Amino acid sequence: MADDRAENGIRPPRGYAALPGVPDEMVAADGTVRPSWRRLAGLLAAEGPQEIAQRRVRAEQYLRDSGVFYRQYGAGGSDERPWPLSPVPVLVEAADWETLIPGLVQRADLLEALMADLYGENRLVAEGHLPPDLIAANPEWLRPMVGIRPASGHFLHFLAFEIGRGPDGTWWVLADRTQAPSGAGYALENRVATSRAFSELYAEMNVHRLAGFFRDFRDSLLAPGRDGDGRVLLLTPGPLNETYYEHAYIARYMGLTLVQGEDLTVANGRLHLRTVAGPAPVDALWRRLDSGYADPVELDPESRIGTPGLVSALRAGGLVMINALGSGVLETRALMAFLPRLAPVLLGADLRLPNIATWWLGGAAERATVLADPAARMLSPALATGLPFDSPEETHPAPGQGATADLARRLKAEGPSLVAQEVVRLSTTPTLIDGRLEPRPMTLRVFLARVDGRWQAMPGGFARIGASRDPAAIAMQRGGSTADVWVLGGPPGASVTLVPAVTGTYRRAAERTLPARAADNLFWLGRYVERTETAVRILRAAHVRLAESGADARPLLQGIEPLHGFYGIETGRGIPAGLLDTLTAAVATAGRVRDLFSTDAWSALADIARTAQQMAARVTPGDDAARALSALLRKLAGVSGLVHENMYRSQGWRFLTIGRQQERAMGMAAILAILADPRLPAGALDMAVEIGDSVMTHRRRFAVATGPATVIDLLGLDGDNPRSIRHQVDGLAEQIALLPAAEDRGRPRAPLRAIMRIQVDLATQTPEGLTTGELWSLRSRIADLSDRLTEAYFS
Amino acid sequence: MRYNLHLEIHYSFGHVAAGGRQLLRVLPATVPGRQQVARSRLAITPAPLEERRFRDFFGTEVIEIVLPGGLTDLLVEMTAEVARDETVPVPPDTSAPPGAMAAELAALASLAPDSPHHFLFPSPRVPGVPEIARFARAAVAGTTTVASAVTRLGLALNRAIAFDPRATEVDTPIAQAFRQRRGVCQDIAQIMIAGLRSQGIPAAYVAGYLRTRPPPGRPRLVGADAMHAWVRAWCGRAAGWIDYDPTNACRVNGDHVEVGFGRDYGDVAPVTGSLRMEGGQSGSHSVDIAEI
Repeated sequence: MADDRAENGIRPPRGYAALPGVPDEMVAADGTVRPSWRRLAGLLAAEGPQEIAQRRVRAEQYLRDSGVFYRQYGAGGSDERPWPLSPVPVLVEAADWETLIPGLVQRADLLEALMADLYGENRLVAEGHLPPDLIAANPEWLRPMVGIRPASGHFLHFLAFEIGRGPDGTWWVLADRTQAPSGAGYALENRVATSRAFSELYAEMNVHRLAGFFRDFRDSLLAPGRDGDGRVLLLTPGPLNETYYEHAYIARYMGLTLVQGEDLTVANGRLHLRTVAGPAPVDALWRRLDSGYADPVELDPESRIGTPGLVSALRAGGLVMINALGSGVLETRALMAFLPRLAPVLLGADLRLPNIATWWLGGAAERATVLADPAARMLSPALATGLPFDSPEETHPAPGQGATADLARRLKAEGPSLVAQEVVRLSTTPTLIDGRLEPRPMTLRVFLARVDGRWQAMPGGFARIGASRDPAAIAMQRGGSTADVWVLGGPPGASVTLVPAVTGTYRRAAERTLPARAADNLFWLGRYVERTETAVRILRAAHVRLAESGADARPLLQGIEPLHGFYGIETGRGIPAGLLDTLTAAVATAGRVRDLFSTDAWSALADIARTAQQMAARVTPGDDAARALSALLRKLAGVSGLVHENMYRSQGWRFLTIGRQQERAMGMAAILAILADPRLPAGALDMAVEIGDSVMTHRRRFAVATGPATVIDLLGLDGDNPRSIRHQVDGLAEQIALLPAAEDRGRPRAPLRAIMRIQVDLATQTPEGLTTGELWSLRSRIADLSDRLTEAYFS
Repeated sequence: MRYNLHLEIHYSFGHVAAGGRQLLRVLPATVPGRQQVARSRLAITPAPLEERRFRDFFGTEVIEIVLPGGLTDLLVEMTAEVARDETVPVPPDTSAPPGAMAAELAALASLAPDSPHHFLFPSPRVPGVPEIARFARAAVAGTTTVASAVTRLGLALNRAIAFDPRATEVDTPIAQAFRQRRGVCQDIAQIMIAGLRSQGIPAAYVAGYLRTRPPPGRPRLVGADAMHAWVRAWCGRAAGWIDYDPTNACRVNGDHVEVGFGRDYGDVAPVTGSLRMEGGQSGSHSVDIAEI
């Protein structure tokens, strides 16, 4: 069977052929499939469109279930898009890979040396190897960083290279990513999704696994610092960033704390993380934030996402920055014109791996080269840092005959601010288009990390695939897609799991203290979810009465209108806008703590918000609304189940739970205060019991009709009823006592003191004593807990 | 000449401010051959939690302070005794012809703090402004040396722009200040810098102090009751840098005491940091320079 497939795989799958004059990853120049691709080609050739479609579905199912997305910016703002994966992997032979990597390692060393010079002595400019204006005019060259030596001894720790295969089959570097390279996390997700699509091949083909690369980099980061703690944070610009999903994913995958600039503070030359247990010193920061934004005091004063004093902390020398601030200057496109000449100067050797031919047009000879063959060049700003194909400012210099004189004038006038690059021709790789394999241009992104001082490559990567045959269509923002990269020749039978096998002594890591902002968000997430549930219960009870009694229900519904006010809801519409707002707030809050919140619970919550939006458009008041609201309640129960059954009892879970308990206690206090008011029409008490989901319990416990005393007893004071105020207050007291530094030298601090007082008062209260006035007072005392928690933990 | 210099910066906050990190650039510089600081003293109220000093890229001494929370007022007082060389006669003009500036720059391979390459390109507060470039081109037309172009443009701007402390704020864009033809020394200096750069002449922003009490028989200079700013233009390798004060239409002389220089105001602003960013404060600067 395997032999048949190999035999079958010598010829490409039906209809697939390399484009004329363009090298193809799968098909060699003689039209046969390259040996390393034969099993994959054979498999695809043997399958019908249905089976191939099934493979794509399996990959996409994984991505959808994991909530993988990226953010796309358009005219009307931005939105989240599903991750565009092409399920057919790009296969790279071991021998090919082994010639590539030393070239990239050499390039990484060259960039490190260049960085050290640009932020040190500036010998390269002084000796005439680099034009001074290329650096002096460069907004990515950060003068405040000049002279600051990196604490680790290295400026660069994590790099990516965008590479492509040229017409002669060799690899070329198209761009260096040095600022804050993205894509490593997406490469991991692509790997899992692609291995689902081709699980049988993946298991058999000895593909190099990715987990070891991340594990080694992580271990290197966490190696005990000089202060022994080794605290490493991942710094993100925040949830609105294009690749925030990836930041959260990597943080979760590698067990790093994800933070934003406002989570950090600098004191006495040392960077600290604001945690729920006070400031904690930080040893290393892996930033996914561009340098300029990092410190509003010494870098871009307009930045609202930075940390005042970060540069000062670096100047003091106790912080490892990955990569050093200012490393974006290395992405300057014009530098590619100089790197081949700088390699002998800085490394004493020629570049092993060429980069795309680049001419800085400050020189007359370079301008002449471009004028000799304008059609074969692209012009762009010398200081551009974007990837090739991603930059809208790239232009073909000569649209037609007769324009050469204009071009010559332009080059002379603007030369120093321009670069020319050869028009790229990329190899193609097979991708699925409408169920058929088609050749499409491809680039690879390869990642290098410094592990114990030496560069280590991720054995795999991230392929970008063009939407059409035009290499320029490779940009994802223009409809391109991505694919997994399988480097072959790995050890046979390697574990399929991405979770590294435990070797050596097992040591249980101490729980990292939660950032204060994350605790704040989790607390509010708990509140919003619970607030949604209470609002849905109130609305459902109202719509059931509208459906049953019509106009007769009016007096009662008018009586509970103050309750509607608390939740911003009304019964005039099936699904009121206020409910959607609360749900939107819940989803947005969850989005800010994606690294700490269960993926399944996140998906379930996002699904509820979508469902509610759809319902709002069509559901009418009365019976229709009551049924829709019941459906929402069932879905909400699913979210709660995922959180409470599956989430580790971490500090994060505790804050989420406290938010939920507080909101529920406040909700029930308000419901009782309004519905147990003797002035309300008959039926109000039944409605309270129904909203409190306690109809059966009331019947069993009291065997009489509802009366104010029984209802207040059951929903207010009965500690065994999970809907009662007492039950929530007991839970709050239990959880708050377990928070960090809940007590100070044996005496409860403000949050614990407040909840203990409420607990004692409630435990000694009687149903008769819990009057409307008492209920309002109780509600406001519980509400005040928010401020006490904010003072103690969130600020 | 020796001066006693006294500076007071006072901020009042409309609300209780959270404190935070500030950078102060207020100390007079020691410039070999031109200006020596005999002593200087700084007092900050309330007392900062942290205070340290460093030199920035352009060599200006920076005082970094971290202020406690609960701030309603901030007072920075600086006193110094400075020796400033007497006005020297303007040397013969050895500056390059305007057409030779590109070659002059190309011959100077340096990124040292005083390299002209830092000062030729747009900077955050001095972007390219076409109207200013047009004005500059007309003003310098026909000049045969860069130094005379600097003087010509400075004089033209001095006549065109009225000194008016109420016309602009510290963050007013230069395009707007130029359009309304009103502003203070900061605006006039930055407009001149934009004009010089547009003509291929590297130009830096210099922050400092100006003698407030004129010698007998001489008029009081404009802008003397606050911090002052002027322009430093590079006129080729032979002539080097020339300081010109467009607010007073004169070469910089013994009346000017330098704090530091940079690409524009942002590089040498007297106070930068997180308090400034919060806004909502009112502030006053006062300067007194008396000849000893």
